[in-house]
Amino acid sequence: MAKITLNINKKEYPMEADPQMPLLWAIRDLAGLKGTKYGCGVAQCGACVVHLDGEAVRSCVTKVSRAAGKQVVTIEGLSETNSHPAQLAWQEIDVPQCGYCHSGQIMSAAVLLREKPDPTDQDIDDAMAGNICRCGTYLRIRKAIHLAADMQKKTTTKG
Amino acid sequence: MNNDKTALDRRSFLKASLISGGGLMLSVSWLSSFKAADKTETLNLPDQWAQLNGYILITADNKVKLICPNPEFGQNVMTSLPMIVAEELDVDWKNVTVEMGPHDEVKLGPQFTGGSNSMKMYWKPLREAGAAARQMLREAAAQTWNVPVGEVTTKAGILSHSNGKSAKYGDMASKAASVPVPKEFQLKAPKDFTIVRHSKKNVEAQKIVSGKPVFGLDYSVDGMLIAMIQHPPAFGMKLKSFDAAETLKMPGIKDVFTLKLYEDGFEQGGFDTRTFNELLVVVGKSTWEVMNARKKLIANWEAAGDLKNTIGGRNGKTEVTVPGTIESTRTQLQQMQEYAAKPAQLLRKDVDPEAAFTNAAQVIERTYNGPFLAHNCMEPMNFFAHVTDEKALLVGPLQAPGWIEPTLAKLLNLPADKIEIQMTRMGGGFGRRAYGHYLSEAALISRKVKAPVKLMYTREDDMTYGIYRPMYTATYRAALDANKNLIAFHVKGGGIPEHPIHANRFPAGAVDHYLAEGWQIPSNITIGAFRAPRSNFNAAAEQSFLDEVAEAAGKDPIEFRLELLKRAKEKPVGKNNEYDADRYAGVLELVRDKSNWNKAGNEKYNRGVAAYFCHNSYAAHVVDMVTRDGQPYVERVFSAIDCGIVINPDAATNMVQGAVVDGIGNSFYGALTHKDGVPQQSNFHNYRMIRIHEAPKSIDVHFVQNDLDPTGLGEPPFPPVFGAVANALYKMKGRRFYNQPFKEEVEKVI
Ligand code: FES
Ligand code: FES
Repeated sequence: MAKITLNINKKEYPMEADPQMPLLWAIRDLAGLKGTKYGCGVAQCGACVVHLDGEAVRSCVTKVSRAAGKQVVTIEGLSETNSHPAQLAWQEIDVPQCGYCHSGQIMSAAVLLREKPDPTDQDIDDAMAGNICRCGTYLRIRKAIHLAADMQKKTTTKG
Repeated sequence: MNNDKTALDRRSFLKASLISGGGLMLSVSWLSSFKAADKTETLNLPDQWAQLNGYILITADNKVKLICPNPEFGQNVMTSLPMIVAEELDVDWKNVTVEMGPHDEVKLGPQFTGGSNSMKMYWKPLREAGAAARQMLREAAAQTWNVPVGEVTTKAGILSHSNGKSAKYGDMASKAASVPVPKEFQLKAPKDFTIVRHSKKNVEAQKIVSGKPVFGLDYSVDGMLIAMIQHPPAFGMKLKSFDAAETLKMPGIKDVFTLKLYEDGFEQGGFDTRTFNELLVVVGKSTWEVMNARKKLIANWEAAGDLKNTIGGRNGKTEVTVPGTIESTRTQLQQMQEYAAKPAQLLRKDVDPEAAFTNAAQVIERTYNGPFLAHNCMEPMNFFAHVTDEKALLVGPLQAPGWIEPTLAKLLNLPADKIEIQMTRMGGGFGRRAYGHYLSEAALISRKVKAPVKLMYTREDDMTYGIYRPMYTATYRAALDANKNLIAFHVKGGGIPEHPIHANRFPAGAVDHYLAEGWQIPSNITIGAFRAPRSNFNAAAEQSFLDEVAEAAGKDPIEFRLELLKRAKEKPVGKNNEYDADRYAGVLELVRDKSNWNKAGNEKYNRGVAAYFCHNSYAAHVVDMVTRDGQPYVERVFSAIDCGIVINPDAATNMVQGAVVDGIGNSFYGALTHKDGVPQQSNFHNYRMIRIHEAPKSIDVHFVQNDLDPTGLGEPPFPPVFGAVANALYKMKGRRFYNQPFKEEVEKVI
């Protein structure tokens, strides 16, 4: 056990944790933020994707010790008013079925949208291949990412 | 408008009451409007139907709250069921909020999600709930304004009269609650629908995209402990002894113990299927601590031997012996071959199939195989339980609370009204969460540790401790006469531990001589509902067989099926044919037209077609396959569906697209195999799931337009995907594929 302070969504969470503990369980059990999901625990499904200093990581295989001193962003902190273009586009296209995979999907998509503001279908498939959707909402995920890219462009031009 | 006379007799009642702050709460009980669901389907219905009630709450400030009776697992019932109430109530959808109802089958009806039944079960009762409430609001306005009720009209939550008076529903809600319940009221004609048939967005979408704790695994209370079960590594094994010394030394661990799920002779309900009866449980403070400490357990296992189960049911108790055999996929296949050669149970026979086969000019015979499939719901099984001597609270993801409640009552020795089950949103279900053994487990663990507990399955637990789609096989035979007409059809199917045959489905009724037989091999491998388990196997086998027969007959596969359906309509053979030949033909014609079947412009594609009827709806797909990076890839799909009135078109389209993706994934990759009883797949690294780059570029969904009462979509679009994929693969590879998952066989022939 060690004292670790995590910075999640710009808030400090002091905690006592085994340094080996995956960041996923620190976020869910110790910080009490349930938006980040457990799907496989072995870096196969992407349900647990969070941003660590802006980079998409699978929190189920990221040790909590690695996150200390870094900025962790979870789905709850992706935007202040749930207004990230991906969050808006996901609702506009009505992507979710069960919804369980989608915080991970959106967190992966957010990094893609930053790195490639105008992604092709191929870019989307490459970037999102690590996120399983058991309900099969993949076509809508592609569509929503394109829409989010458009929304993002409009905001950028305006700003 | 239709005049709807609901038999509001003593059995049925409609009760309105004032709620605090003023407003109308209408509680309707509609036993009379219940139609029992299709009994031929896999999901058996409980013995006793509960009465159905709809809940409508209207506040003085004109907010309308509608209660969703059925648990949500992605089929979008939380949006589409309330849409039905809102339509007849005639409110503005913008003013509606939706809440998941409590488990209360007296007020809310059967409350189970499964068998594509939600729409079918609730369509009429929810319309009536809305229409009766609207009628009461009109009465209240008529009394207030002193005008005849017939002159009060409604529009989007506003009551008005030609004399210029108008009021919001909220203004009249309190008064409406004291109006006598109408015995007669009007339902809208489908042409007047303004909400139903108009796409509405998922009412929970914002919660989902912002990470709100809506799923079972997210539920938590202060002082809650985490529990995990270490189950035997193999089917047919049980715990012999264990040493928990190292586990107990690990941080955060509270206790390690064994529990028996059901005592000997315990009368199980039909859905009390469970994999292992003795639970080796680790309880601790947090998920990671329990996961880690469980790895330190030293457990010894032994052969379990035969197991005796007592199953309760309509016709009293039956004793079932589950064999203790330790099975491997290889031995399972061998055993299936042996059984397939033996005489089987006769399921249906029309005229004289034996003679027809003897006299046939040509006989085609093919055998198809399908493996066990794991559900792999994205959210693994889990449930919260807090059990005390007086009561039990259970919260989590579950398809059918009413099926597990009697079991919990018996296990916990508590009256049913002391057991509260709350249904959270489910991270997928696909039939898996109809089997509530994990609630029983959670409840017993909580009682033992005297604390609130979350039982959690890891992905590995979930995959290797499942209620799988059975392993199936079927041999099909077709007899053609000298003119290449199909004169006889024979299917003999079997499985572990149930056979897949629906004897009264197409092409039964369309062929002069017909024979269906089934056999089954008892097994300790637990199986159950899986998005129409029998249908999804049959649709793969039968629909690719019919493709082959069409080719032998020298006919286009769609025309061939349409001719058979014409025959089934005009001169049906035999009795009890389950399908409507016109609706079946309708989806084939629609998919033919929409896909430009046999028209120029599609040369680059290997096209496969299939159609199937199950769970009261009709579905057909054309799958367009190409070779990409040396692999078969389904690039485009056209789907045609007949499920009657489509309540929420965009959400329905989403469901169909999802079913297509799921069907492609499962037909290509899905398989759970065994070696010495041990499931050989345990997580997504060795159980391959379809991913985004393998999903089609387009799935074009079309619905047959009619005014028939709606039926469901959870199952029906899924099965025919398998057949269409098989038929496209044939076009691509020039040979047929008979064994699922197709990917393995495709790789072998490349
Ligand atoms: S839970 Fe981390 S990738 Fe699946
Ligand atoms: S929406 Fe259910 S897993 Fe993606």
